[in-house]
Amino acid sequence: MSDSLQPAFLLLQDGTFLQGKAFGKIGTATGEICFNTGMTGYQEVFTDPSYYGQVLIMNNVHVGNYGINPVDQESKSVKIRALIGRNLEDKFSRYKATGSLDEYLKNNDIVAIEGIDTRSLVAHIRHSGAMNCIISSEITDKETLQAELDKVPDMDGLELASVVSTKETYEVGEPAAPLKIAVVDYGVKQNILTSLAERGAYLKVFPATTTAAEIKAFNANGYFISNGPGDPAAMRYAVETVKELLEDNKPLFGICLGHQLLALANDIPTFKMHHGHRGLNHPVKNITNNRCEITTQNHGFGVNPEAVKNNSNIEITHVNLNDESIEGIRMKNKPAFSVQYHPESTPGPHDSRYLFDEFIEMMR
Amino acid sequence: MPKDNSIQSVLIIGSGPIIIGQACEFDYSGSQAARSLREEGIKVTLINSNPATIMTDPMMADKVYLLPLTPESIEQILKENEIDAVLPTMGGQTALNLCIEADELGLWEKYNVRLIGVDIQAIKVAEDREKFRQLMLDINIKVAPSRVANSFLEGKEFAQEIGFPLVIRPSFTLGGTGGGFVHDKSELDEALQRGLQASPIHEVLVEKAVLGWKEFELELLRDKNDNVVIICTVENVDPMGVHTGDSITVAPAMTLSDSAFQEMRNQAIKMMRSLGNFAGGCNVQFAIDPETEDIISVEINPRVSRSSALASKATGYPIAKIAAKLAIGYTLDELKNQITKTTSAYFEPALDYVIVKMPRWNFDKFKGANDTLGLQMKSVGEVMAIGRSFTEAIQKACQSLENEAVGLGYYGKSMMKSDELIEYIKTPKWDRIFRIKDALMQGVTIKTIVQATRIDRWFIYQIQEIVRIEKLIAQHTLENLPEELLKEAKHNGFSDEQIARILIDRCTDEDVYEKRKALGITRVYKMVDTCSAEFEAKTPYFYSSFEG
Repeated sequence: MSDSLQPAFLLLQDGTFLQGKAFGKIGTATGEICFNTGMTGYQEVFTDPSYYGQVLIMNNVHVGNYGINPVDQESKSVKIRALIGRNLEDKFSRYKATGSLDEYLKNNDIVAIEGIDTRSLVAHIRHSGAMNCIISSEITDKETLQAELDKVPDMDGLELASVVSTKETYEVGEPAAPLKIAVVDYGVKQNILTSLAERGAYLKVFPATTTAAEIKAFNANGYFISNGPGDPAAMRYAVETVKELLEDNKPLFGICLGHQLLALANDIPTFKMHHGHRGLNHPVKNITNNRCEITTQNHGFGVNPEAVKNNSNIEITHVNLNDESIEGIRMKNKPAFSVQYHPESTPGPHDSRYLFDEFIEMMR
Repeated sequence: MPKDNSIQSVLIIGSGPIIIGQACEFDYSGSQAARSLREEGIKVTLINSNPATIMTDPMMADKVYLLPLTPESIEQILKENEIDAVLPTMGGQTALNLCIEADELGLWEKYNVRLIGVDIQAIKVAEDREKFRQLMLDINIKVAPSRVANSFLEGKEFAQEIGFPLVIRPSFTLGGTGGGFVHDKSELDEALQRGLQASPIHEVLVEKAVLGWKEFELELLRDKNDNVVIICTVENVDPMGVHTGDSITVAPAMTLSDSAFQEMRNQAIKMMRSLGNFAGGCNVQFAIDPETEDIISVEINPRVSRSSALASKATGYPIAKIAAKLAIGYTLDELKNQITKTTSAYFEPALDYVIVKMPRWNFDKFKGANDTLGLQMKSVGEVMAIGRSFTEAIQKACQSLENEAVGLGYYGKSMMKSDELIEYIKTPKWDRIFRIKDALMQGVTIKTIVQATRIDRWFIYQIQEIVRIEKLIAQHTLENLPEELLKEAKHNGFSDEQIARILIDRCTDEDVYEKRKALGITRVYKMVDTCSAEFEAKTPYFYSSFEG
């Protein structure tokens, strides 16, 4: 909890209007509301580029307890648009913490609101679906808030990957490493790069809009298609890139948005989910070996299950045990595979890290 | 493949008399298991020497034997019934010990009975300190340095070798009976004697004490396909040195980063797998050095434990019920979440509330008893409170103790001065949490309290928040108590009676209630649903809180 007495307001597209207390930056922020059920790893979540454009509710009731540090970051800045919590803590305890959540949000220009009945808000989103919202600790008048909210574009059809992608190519790992991987960055998480590099790969990370020809010129052993924010159906350019990369018949691995792009490259449509999957406890079954994994997830779009099943060139490798959604696919005629969840799992259980080993193995 | 159809009839072993360290939680798990097996059409036979339990009600099992928990009784039951399998994991260490005894006499083999939910080797390793230590070293899991001693002289020699402070842990005892800390040489002889005597095999472990490290417990479930889930992580507010049963504990863990938690999760899974191929529940305890986040494993229990009863209530996930299904061959992905009825039982519960467990001691009934807390459990019961914040949960827990406490504080407020309080809270005692609050009221700094108690400062910050609100309330009469402050007090778990006592003027809890009712500050009811409201719940249970 903070000692802030300044009120803050939350207005949802459907008219839901709540008052709480200001936390982080004093200001106004808008975006699509979503919730994360994870109980650890808030800093990793806030810096995950896939959250770009999202206003995030943390279901866990105490957030900020162990402060902030320079290591537990998935990118160099906070990517969520705004934060909603029940108790956001400015007092923290951890030996390696270098600051409080409150300072961190202020330094990153992130508006937050606390003292909200997050449970009933989450139940409302679960029922009514994802929608845009506005948070403000400076505008108190509902009409003005509504007017600001009306300006926010719909997430459906929104291309955001190129906004968070690197602007310049850069390298990760040892140039002398036995394998080279070309990473197409649509908002890649730091630990994906670490997971590949520590398995003996030298990475070159390309901006989202790089042409396939330029990527191919790196002469990599395999291609990695990253996670990222926004609607994959609005990314024609990326689908084309993936299609062209597939022509090489080199190993290709996609995570989250990368999974959706591999599906689109195989003419499988994607769709906007009712309220997405975000948390660290999603049950997935690997149907190639009947082993189960607890996975980290963060996605608001999915691949059309019927189209996957009807595609003779695609094999389903992983399914979600809660709602039977498609969690992993593999092409039958090419060494390409992808998963909807996050095997690098920062934060989250390490059950699925074997996928990086499999990718490395495919390139050997 | 679903369940194993060769199992038609199962014997469940109860935990015997209710004693400190082994109380009704095993009645709860045994009853759940019996019900869970019977709904699969399996005939359940039950043995327990304690008739004052739910599990021995005639309706709980097909046949109930109220007999002493001895191999003779087991043989009698096996003679009189066609038993296919025995489930020994629901009756605590008593049931496991009896299971080993019967195994050593060859009873299970003689009557062709399978052991389900655990294996003998796993029980032996988990209970034998030296075997456990060796196994941990083999699989690269850190443990505190220790040596096993079978004689007084050996014990003294190892103590010199390892250095003080030390823990003396007798093998094969319940609830830490006979164990203790040895801070220096003067305490060693007595502690060694006591430990050796308490152990049925005259054996103690002489172990380096990691006093002041933070303590965590993980509750695991595994199926025959080796799928593992962590049902709950429990953090002990009291650092290492106080028996878990005597610690104030909280779920989910409040001060654990994801990197530290995942390290613990990985180690716990590795440890469970190393014990053998059994399907069922398991409890693993860790200590973590707050200065470095180094982790050591403390203990593993390959059975449903005292903590799993708490974890079941804390998360809504019925551990014993599911563990029984796993024991007869189901896998987690074949079973449904018992609360949502639509999602999978293979998942890890997410909590959107805080659970605080507080032990309840009866030292007032045992005048002269040593009320210092340590390795041996002394509490006779516990309360569990649920709140939408730690402050709310801990105050509700205090209010539920059925003693004088009406919240944190107001438990026969101490007359001690601040320097006396600082000295007092250095030793873990049943009333330490109340005295910490007294010290904060008197202006003792958080740093001083953390140094004296080694309790994580996050918890002290939270108690400081309760103190801050109490001091604000104390400046008002009921009449001029601001609405915002009253609301804040209710959010932080202050009861109406507590507020009435703090206010300047004399008023009653009814007066406070009337005032807040008029202001619309009333209870809301929230669900314990295993999933943080992500899915609709069909059979949740409810707790009250204040929101808005």
